[in-house]
Amino acid sequence: MNDVHNEKGTNKSLSLFFKSSFIVSAVIIVISSILLYFTFTFDIVPPILNRGIQPATFPKALLILIIALTLLTYFISLKNPWKNEKKLPNSFYITLLSFVVFITVSKFLDFFLGIALLSIIVSYFWGERRVAYLIMVSIIFPLIVFVFFETILGLRFPPGIITNLYYG
Amino acid sequence: MENLGLIFAPLFSYKLLIVLFFGTIFGLILGVLPGLGPTTGGALILPFTMTLDPLSAIVLLTAIYCAGTYGGAITAILINTPGTPAAAATCLDGYPLAQKGEAGRALGMATVSSVIGGIASVVVLIFFAPLLANLAYEFGQPEYFALAIFGLTMLASIGEGSPIKNLIAGAFGILISTVGKDFMTSIDRFTFGINELTEGIGFIPVVVGLFAISEMLTQSTLINQIFNRVALKAVKLPSIDDYKKTWKTIIRSSGIGSFIGVLPAEGGTVASLIGYAEAKRWSKKPEDFGKGSIEGIAGAEAANNAATGGAMVPTLALGIPGSATTAVILTGLIIHGVRPGPDLFREQPEFLYGIFGSMLIANILFFVLGFFGAKIFARITLVPNKLLWPMIFAVSVCGTYSLNQSIIDVWLMLLFGVIGFFMRRYGFSVVPVIIGLILGELVEGTLRQSLVIFDGNWLMFLQRPIALTFFVLSLIALSFPLIKRKKKNDKV
Repeated sequence: MNDVHNEKGTNKSLSLFFKSSFIVSAVIIVISSILLYFTFTFDIVPPILNRGIQPATFPKALLILIIALTLLTYFISLKNPWKNEKKLPNSFYITLLSFVVFITVSKFLDFFLGIALLSIIVSYFWGERRVAYLIMVSIIFPLIVFVFFETILGLRFPPGIITNLYYG
Repeated sequence: MENLGLIFAPLFSYKLLIVLFFGTIFGLILGVLPGLGPTTGGALILPFTMTLDPLSAIVLLTAIYCAGTYGGAITAILINTPGTPAAAATCLDGYPLAQKGEAGRALGMATVSSVIGGIASVVVLIFFAPLLANLAYEFGQPEYFALAIFGLTMLASIGEGSPIKNLIAGAFGILISTVGKDFMTSIDRFTFGINELTEGIGFIPVVVGLFAISEMLTQSTLINQIFNRVALKAVKLPSIDDYKKTWKTIIRSSGIGSFIGVLPAEGGTVASLIGYAEAKRWSKKPEDFGKGSIEGIAGAEAANNAATGGAMVPTLALGIPGSATTAVILTGLIIHGVRPGPDLFREQPEFLYGIFGSMLIANILFFVLGFFGAKIFARITLVPNKLLWPMIFAVSVCGTYSLNQSIIDVWLMLLFGVIGFFMRRYGFSVVPVIIGLILGELVEGTLRQSLVIFDGNWLMFLQRPIALTFFVLSLIALSFPLIKRKKKNDKV
């Protein structure tokens, strides 16, 4: 009986770690702590040049404030739990993945190609199957935007296999 | 007051009229499309404004602001999805009325009350902004610091969601503003050896990321959602009976919206909720609310449009944005070399009154366009997300890249998009981040300069009456949610 009770208690305490309020608070506190550590690596200004406070003081104060408020939010959530969020669908992860594809392709191959690939991935996996529409959204529209920015705003896009062809 | 005649100047400039016309149409389209709205739209169009002169650029942004705020009502009434957060309260009665076959009447009331609210708020702007600007002559660094703190605490306490989460978001926004070379000592902060970060993180990557890209991720989770769209035959002007029922509500909500708008916080959304709640409280038939009450539509719509002019008051008079969209407008002013504040009122009255006049005209224009074109604008909601969002992505990427021609800006935009998505998912509003980013330099700069003036003595802040007043108001603002919660608990 005791074992069952203990097991239930363990499950309850374990489940705390999987609650969104715990995970979100932990992520904020960990990132803030890392950033707080970095503030100690900022250069220190000699007193004669120092304007009021050291350059690191203000970010330090902000990060400590964020950590304190996050802890407060977490303790409030123990009394008033956050609502349970639905599991994210595959379409979300595919869209997120398309961002990675865009970054990789735009960095190593071509900016325009990156936009075209992302557009076709998103449009296709969000349910578009008509080829004409896929071409419109991934080639024709980005081309119009590209030419508009290039001619009206005089923008020079980063070099790449397709952009270089355009610039000759 | 001698400058009042300048309000009519835009009427005599064909260039400004063209800009106003296209700004209003663009604003309506943005307002109609759920997930976009004037803030994201304004941020997306900022790079394009570089081809315009400063007045035309700001007129374009303000026209988008006014028309976009109204446009949200069209979607709220016809598909029960607010085009903008400020139109959320409009859904409550707009959609039930549309379901009863009175979509035209609901839209007619939304249009008329939006125009009245919008015009009333511009009148408040015209008279109140110069007064506030005059008061700002009394402000030194400590007063501006206290004012910025007041703005952030107001945003936390009366904004959407949890006040503590709003404060965390605001502090995060200020933290972003510290990235780059320290403007007083030129020491690198959070640059991690990346040269592009020494100039700091720009406003556009953050705002486009937090609004447009995070919304794209949100839409990716809703691709199977089906909207029940109510057919619209034509927009009808409200009947005499409708006017009799709603005129007091419209006046009350216009006042509420203008007042809430002036407070440095997310005006439109809060204003519409309060306007709606007050309309219900004063109504002879509160039981009709939520079932298609015409007063409910009038209360919400007059209030959210009245917040537009109100939010421009602190933006122009003090350089403190009154809402997320006015933060975009403030950025527009800054990148065009216009510094808001009392000097702007003294040195460039024609510029300011041109903006006031343009806002008046924009309200009249969206009345005409909304009245005769609502049916066409409603069709825009038929553009499927699977085509719309890849196109918005292309514009977002090119727009963000265009300002500094920096690929790092594009990556930052994506990063903030992901951050924004998770923030919204877990109940953190992204608006305080934007306001924090805008106010960050002001908060830190004025704090450090004040400490130089006070020789490091923090207590000297308390010897400045205006600063002290703002600090006391900040404390009241922070304790307001606690009092509200205690009252609620007591009632339970």
